[in-house]
Amino acid sequence: MLESIQTFWSGLPLVMQILAKIIVIVMPLMLAVAYLTFAERKIIGYMQVRIGPNRVGPRGWLQPIADALKLMFKEIILPSSANRFLFVVAPVLSIMPALAAWAVIPFGDEMVLSNVDAGLLYVLALTSVGVYGVIIAGWASNSKYAFLGAMRSAAQIVAYEIAMGFALVGVLMAAGSLNLGEIVKAQSGHAGYWFWIPLFPLFLIYFISGVAETNRAPFDVAEGESEIVAGFHVEYSGMTFAVFFLAEYANMILIATLTAIMFMGGWYSPFPESVPVLGQPSMLWLFAKISLFLLMFLWFRATFPRYRYDQIMRLGWKVFIPLTIVWLVVEGVWVYIKLDPWFA
Amino acid sequence: MTPDVAEFAPLAAEIFVLAMACFILVLDAYLPDTRRLIAFRLTQVTLLGAAVLTWMQYDTMIGTTDRMVLLGGTYVADTLSMVLKLAVYAVSAGVFLYSRDYLRDRGILKGEYFVLGLFGVLGMMVMISAHNMLSVYLGLELLSLSMYTMVAFQRQNGVASEAAMKYFVLGAIASGMLLYGISMIYGASGSLDLAAIGRYVAEHGAEDRILAFGVVFIVAGLAFKLGNAPFHMWVPDIYNGAPTSVTLFIGAAPKIAAFAMVMRVLVEGLGGLHADWTPMLIILAVGSLAVGNVIAIAQTNIKRMLAYSTISHMGFVVLGILAANKVGYSGAMFYAITYALTSAGGFGLLVLLSRAGFEAEKLDDLKGLNDRNPWLAFLMLLLMFSMAGVPPTVGFYAKLSVLQAVVSADMVWLAAVAVFFSIIGAFYYIRVVKVMYFDKPEDEAPIFAGFDAKAVLSVNGLAVLALGVYPSGLMAWCAKALG
Amino acid sequence: MAFTDLVFYVFAAISVFAGVRVISSRNPVHSALYLVLAFFTTSALWLLLEAEFLAITLVLVYVGAVMVLFLFVVMMLDINLVSLREGFARYLPVGIAVGGIIVIEMIMVLSARYGDMPKPAPHPASYSNTEELGGVLYTVYVYPFEIAAVILLVAIVAAITLTLRRRPGTKHQDPAKQVAVKREDRVRLVKVPSEPRQ
Repeated sequence: MLESIQTFWSGLPLVMQILAKIIVIVMPLMLAVAYLTFAERKIIGYMQVRIGPNRVGPRGWLQPIADALKLMFKEIILPSSANRFLFVVAPVLSIMPALAAWAVIPFGDEMVLSNVDAGLLYVLALTSVGVYGVIIAGWASNSKYAFLGAMRSAAQIVAYEIAMGFALVGVLMAAGSLNLGEIVKAQSGHAGYWFWIPLFPLFLIYFISGVAETNRAPFDVAEGESEIVAGFHVEYSGMTFAVFFLAEYANMILIATLTAIMFMGGWYSPFPESVPVLGQPSMLWLFAKISLFLLMFLWFRATFPRYRYDQIMRLGWKVFIPLTIVWLVVEGVWVYIKLDPWFA
Repeated sequence: MTPDVAEFAPLAAEIFVLAMACFILVLDAYLPDTRRLIAFRLTQVTLLGAAVLTWMQYDTMIGTTDRMVLLGGTYVADTLSMVLKLAVYAVSAGVFLYSRDYLRDRGILKGEYFVLGLFGVLGMMVMISAHNMLSVYLGLELLSLSMYTMVAFQRQNGVASEAAMKYFVLGAIASGMLLYGISMIYGASGSLDLAAIGRYVAEHGAEDRILAFGVVFIVAGLAFKLGNAPFHMWVPDIYNGAPTSVTLFIGAAPKIAAFAMVMRVLVEGLGGLHADWTPMLIILAVGSLAVGNVIAIAQTNIKRMLAYSTISHMGFVVLGILAANKVGYSGAMFYAITYALTSAGGFGLLVLLSRAGFEAEKLDDLKGLNDRNPWLAFLMLLLMFSMAGVPPTVGFYAKLSVLQAVVSADMVWLAAVAVFFSIIGAFYYIRVVKVMYFDKPEDEAPIFAGFDAKAVLSVNGLAVLALGVYPSGLMAWCAKALG
Repeated sequence: MAFTDLVFYVFAAISVFAGVRVISSRNPVHSALYLVLAFFTTSALWLLLEAEFLAITLVLVYVGAVMVLFLFVVMMLDINLVSLREGFARYLPVGIAVGGIIVIEMIMVLSARYGDMPKPAPHPASYSNTEELGGVLYTVYVYPFEIAAVILLVAIVAAITLTLRRRPGTKHQDPAKQVAVKREDRVRLVKVPSEPRQ
């Protein structure tokens, strides 16, 4: 049985193989997005001593499916003087990079769709391109609130992208490679070998910048329900809105995955390899780490009030960027003296 | 393949200037407004230190070789670079000193002014020591960017902001032309290294027409930066619009750097094509002499008048280069250095005459200067005579040496044209002298100027005379630099 | 024609089209977006040459940062399109002439030297564009590289000098002061003697 599948697989043309791989990555991702929204409502519910959705299906498990169906059948409303083409293209521009970035994410030793040399740069480039969806949506809607949200988002993302890039330079210096698989392999071993210890400030900055890049609370001024209604997607309805929603959550999962890969040892186990079963590297460890970071995303949202806009800018430009630069110098010294065990 | 740290040692002067500029930038952020002069003093210390380092580098180098090409062929140290760099430091130090009180009166005595000035000096140093098209271009951009910002430094001044915009846009076009020319040369020769380009030109210069196209664009770009007609339109507006202290800065030392750039690119890199660029330079020279000297007559604003005079002087520098022989090059070098000195003195005097709420920029503002302060009037007389080329000032000798080179290159008619326009030009320089000595002063306010600024201006003015009487020392260095 | 050739011509055509639209489109926002498209296709062309570092950096820097700020400004400005297009037709012949000359010159440069240039041989699998670039950037071209860094520093200094103004009297918070505040600064304990009962 297994053999016949293998011969069938290798008999497929390369394009089909790649397509199959893409489906294997994207389908679970979409499911994960759906259930992340469910998890968000449930977890925040419990944090606020509520129950959360529990009507659709057993214990509310079918809620995301119902939401998706509802959005699919709603009408897409085009505002009267909106720019038709850009209005429709914006959600696509938003989700495309969020999905395309997964092409270089390694799930295991050889489990990666495309083993790109400059994978780290590729991911950084794609996350920075995601902002176009937001800006174009805000501009094409021809609405004040949407435009304000877009402008806020553009300034914020550009500011945090720099800190994010510097944090990644730190990872690059530590691993000596831009290839994400190589970066994980450079951290092989238990939790003491991972980069989060020597790069602790960069780790924090990367994750916080990631929260800011995805426009999540407490950095969600681009949406800011209480001030500008829903920001850049205020005019969107039905499926176009759903696509923005998908993109936001797919980006959250992406940031969580990248943090796990670059600072938390990817698929390596936190225990020494001598521990039976638990000490073995496995994709499950990666998923556990991703889930932990996703929980942090939700936890932030339940805990912190929204930052004021000027405070966001101050944090990005005056705190994070100088801090990353200082830490790069520190790290440079460590790399030079070959600090054990990370830079040996 | 890792670069050796020892290879950076000859760059000590550049590294020192950069480090000090960064240090002043940071230090200034923590200084209270009353102690801004610290930035000024540190700037002067920086220039002095750079001079010492440059001389030490030259002194150690000259024992073994007379020319050092370093860092993958991007940097060169030779006698030319040493002499020009020292001239740049000296002129810049004087320029900063003259402008100190002016800046304080106008509330723009800020650390950033001097930091930008130092970065400009660094840009000039890079241009002077460039041995690669990339270094030439990057040095030029570093200098230009600093100058654009300095022109706009007085933010509430609308005229200055307009001048800065003009300068920026036109400068960007000029850089674009230069880059386009460089890309063509690169396309033809396959290298950015000036020595490699020189070798390629020597071998294939005659049959490769692309090189000629490249030279057209490069000459246009260089002429723009030098301020030669017909690419001179920016000069009067920017000289007039900028605060006088900035005009002083951009009118002096950058001319030396521009000369160095022309020497490096046209002579060292594309010297084999001098048959192509000589006719272009003739047009530039004649145009500059005509435009500069004739239009200057009509000016009543002395800053504008001196701007046109700059155009004509740059015409003379080009004259020396187009002769394409050693005498011409060293003559042009002598001319560029002494002109920077004279120009620094001329604008420096205008800066000293200005005070809070008053800009000395009209010709009428000089009326009766002799009655108000005979010594300053005498210095201005020397400077004007030097610009006009009256013996025994240095301007005469500089013009003479350039003209000798032109004649020796069998272009007597060109020398005649240059003399003709110089005689026209003498009219408006001497008019300044007439205004100072024979008109009644309209403004009786006493002239306040710091003792040190006056002393340096006196040295500057007298140097113009002294170099005219004894030109042989500097001339020998110029000859040695290009020998 | 090989598949890569086809890819090249498709991207090259899109790039040229986008370039033309940058200057011919009526709406400045559209122009900026076409410029983004041009950057993307150019980056794809670089990828075909196995210059992946340059390609991705082009997207990262120009598309991800520079053009976002461009769009930011262009969208905020209320540009009067009519006055912007005034004289477009008048200057068009001159523009076409200059552009034409430049194209002809470029053709001369390129065809004379590189007209029959063979396709670059594909690099071995171990080739890393990033390493190659770093190799020359930090050795042969270290001097221009550093000067470029200084130019960027000057640009920062210039931008801040020309725009930073401290307006007195604005009501802004100083977070450092807020954080550094002590109990003694805010709370005053007052001893109020109780009045004797009347």
